Amino acid sequence: MASEHLLDIRQLAKSFGKHQVLKAVDLHVSKGEVVTVIGPSGSGKTTLLRCVNFLETYDGGSIRIDGTEVGYRNDGPQRRRRGEVDLARMRAETGMVFQSFNLFPHLTAAENVMLGLRRVRKKPKREAREIALHWLGRVGLGHKADSLPGELSGGQQQRVGIARAVAMEPKILLLDEITSALDPELVGEVLDVVRQLAGDGMTMLMVTHEIAFARDASHRIVFMADGMVSAVVPPDQLQAAAAENDRLRSFLSRFSATAH
Amino acid sequence: MEQILYAIPFLGHGLYITLLVSAIVVALSLFLGVLFGVGLVYGPWPVALMVRIFSDCIRGIPILVLIFVVYYGFPQLGLNMSSFWAAVLALTLFKTAQVIEYVRGAIGSIPRGQMEGAMSIGLVFSDRLRFVIFPQAVRRFLPPWINGVTDAIKGSALVSLLGVVDLMQAINQVIGRTYEPMPLYLLGAFIYFAINYSLSSLSRMLERRYSYIRD
Ligand SMILES: Nc1ncnc2c1ncn2[C@@H]1O[C@H](COP(=O)(O)OP(=O)(O)O)[C@@H](O)[C@H]1O
Ligand SMILES: [Mg+2]
Repeated sequence: MASEHLLDIRQLAKSFGKHQVLKAVDLHVSKGEVVTVIGPSGSGKTTLLRCVNFLETYDGGSIRIDGTEVGYRNDGPQRRRRGEVDLARMRAETGMVFQSFNLFPHLTAAENVMLGLRRVRKKPKREAREIALHWLGRVGLGHKADSLPGELSGGQQQRVGIARAVAMEPKILLLDEITSALDPELVGEVLDVVRQLAGDGMTMLMVTHEIAFARDASHRIVFMADGMVSAVVPPDQLQAAAAENDRLRSFLSRFSATAH
Repeated sequence: MEQILYAIPFLGHGLYITLLVSAIVVALSLFLGVLFGVGLVYGPWPVALMVRIFSDCIRGIPILVLIFVVYYGFPQLGLNMSSFWAAVLALTLFKTAQVIEYVRGAIGSIPRGQMEGAMSIGLVFSDRLRFVIFPQAVRRFLPPWINGVTDAIKGSALVSLLGVVDLMQAINQVIGRTYEPMPLYLLGAFIYFAINYSLSSLSRMLERRYSYIRD
C-alpha cells in the first residue's frame, strides 16, 4: 500500500496486561513536518513514541516508516517479529531523545555521538569524530566534546542526547518530553536547538508539555486522551478546537492557569 | 627448620597445583558465569529459568558435598575422570553459580535507559553489551568477583580431600614425615595469605580506577 507519509500509524493498539494503553491510534507525519503530541499524563504518549522506535512491541495495527513496517514482517497472513539485525537497522532510522537523556556515562560527549556512527554506520574513527564534532558544534557544545556526561549540566546533557540522535541522520526524530527533567532556566537552550532542527527541515514527532513552544514550532498538534487521538489541529486552531472538545479544554486550562 | 628447607621443592609443586586448579576454575567459571548470567538477565524465560534452577541448586549444596557428588557420582553416569579433574569440575560448578549472581547484580544495577539509549541508535544486542552495559557493569562486578577469586584459592585446598597433591596436601605429607605441624601450617597460612592479600590490593586499585563513573 503506497503512502506519501513518512510515518504512517494505523489503528495502533497496545496493552500492558489487561490495561489497554493505546486504542486504535491513527497518526501520520510527512517528510519535513513537525507534529507535537500533547495530552494528560498516562494517556499513552510515551508508549506511542516507544512503539515507533520499537522499544515496545505492539499488539495490533501497523506502524510504517517509508512504507516499511516497524518491528514486524508479514509472512503470509502471519505477523512475525523481525530479527535482531533487522530491528537494529530500523531503529537506526528513527532517532530518539529521552526525557532522562540516557547518555552513556562512561563515554565522553563525542564518544556518545560516535558510537552509533562507528558500529552502525561503520564510519572510520576519524570521520566519526568529525561528524560528532560537527553536531556537537551545532548544539553549541563544540567545547565540551571531551567532557563526560557527569561533568555537564542537564541542558548540556540533553543537547548531547540530541546530537547523538541526529548524527545518525534518522528519517524521523522522536522527542519525549525532553525538557521535563530540566531546571526551568535550562529549558530554553534545549528548545532553541529543537527549533533550529525544525527550521532545517528535520521530520519530528514530539511529546511536550511546553504548549507555547508546541504552538510556534509545530505544523500540527495531536491531542491524546485515554489512548486515543482526540483531536488533530493546526496550532493556530488549538483554542477553537478546545471550544468543541471538553477534554482538550480542561487539559489546556491547566496550562493557562500556571503559565504566568 | 632444616627439614622444612628440605621440603621446599615439594611444597613448591603443591603450590603450583594450587595455583593451576585456581586458575582453571577462575577462568572457566568466569566464561560460563558471564554467559549464563547474561542468559539469566536477557534470555527468553526457559533459558532464564534453567539458569536460575542451576544457580540455586549449586549454591544450596555445601561445596564439600558437591566435590564428593562429582567424584563418586559422575563415574556412575559413565563419566570417568581423574580426581584432579573431578575436583576442578566441582569447584568450577560452584564458582560459576557465584559468578552468575555477580553478573546479575552488576547488570541489574545499570539503569534500564542505558539499554534503550543503545537500542535507539541501532546497536545490535552484542554491541549493546560490549560498548554500553559491560563497561559500566564491570565496576560493580569486579570487587565481589576478586573477592570470589580469593575464595577460590582458599577453597582449592578442598581438592586435597580427593588426594590431589596441592599446597595443602603437600604440607600434610611433609608433616607426616617431620611431625612438626605448627611451623608448616604457619608457612602454609602465610603463603595463602600473601597470594590473597595481593589480590585484594589489586581489587582496591581497580576500584579506584573505575571510580570516575558517577552514579
Ligand atoms: N512498561 C509498562 N508496564 C505497564 N504499564 C505501563 C508501562 N508503561 C506504561 N504503562 C502504563 O501505560 C499508560 C500510559 O503510559 P505512558 O505512555 O507513559 O503515558 P504518557 O506518556 O502519556 O504519560 C499508563 O497508565 C502507564 O501506567
Ligand atoms: Mg510520558
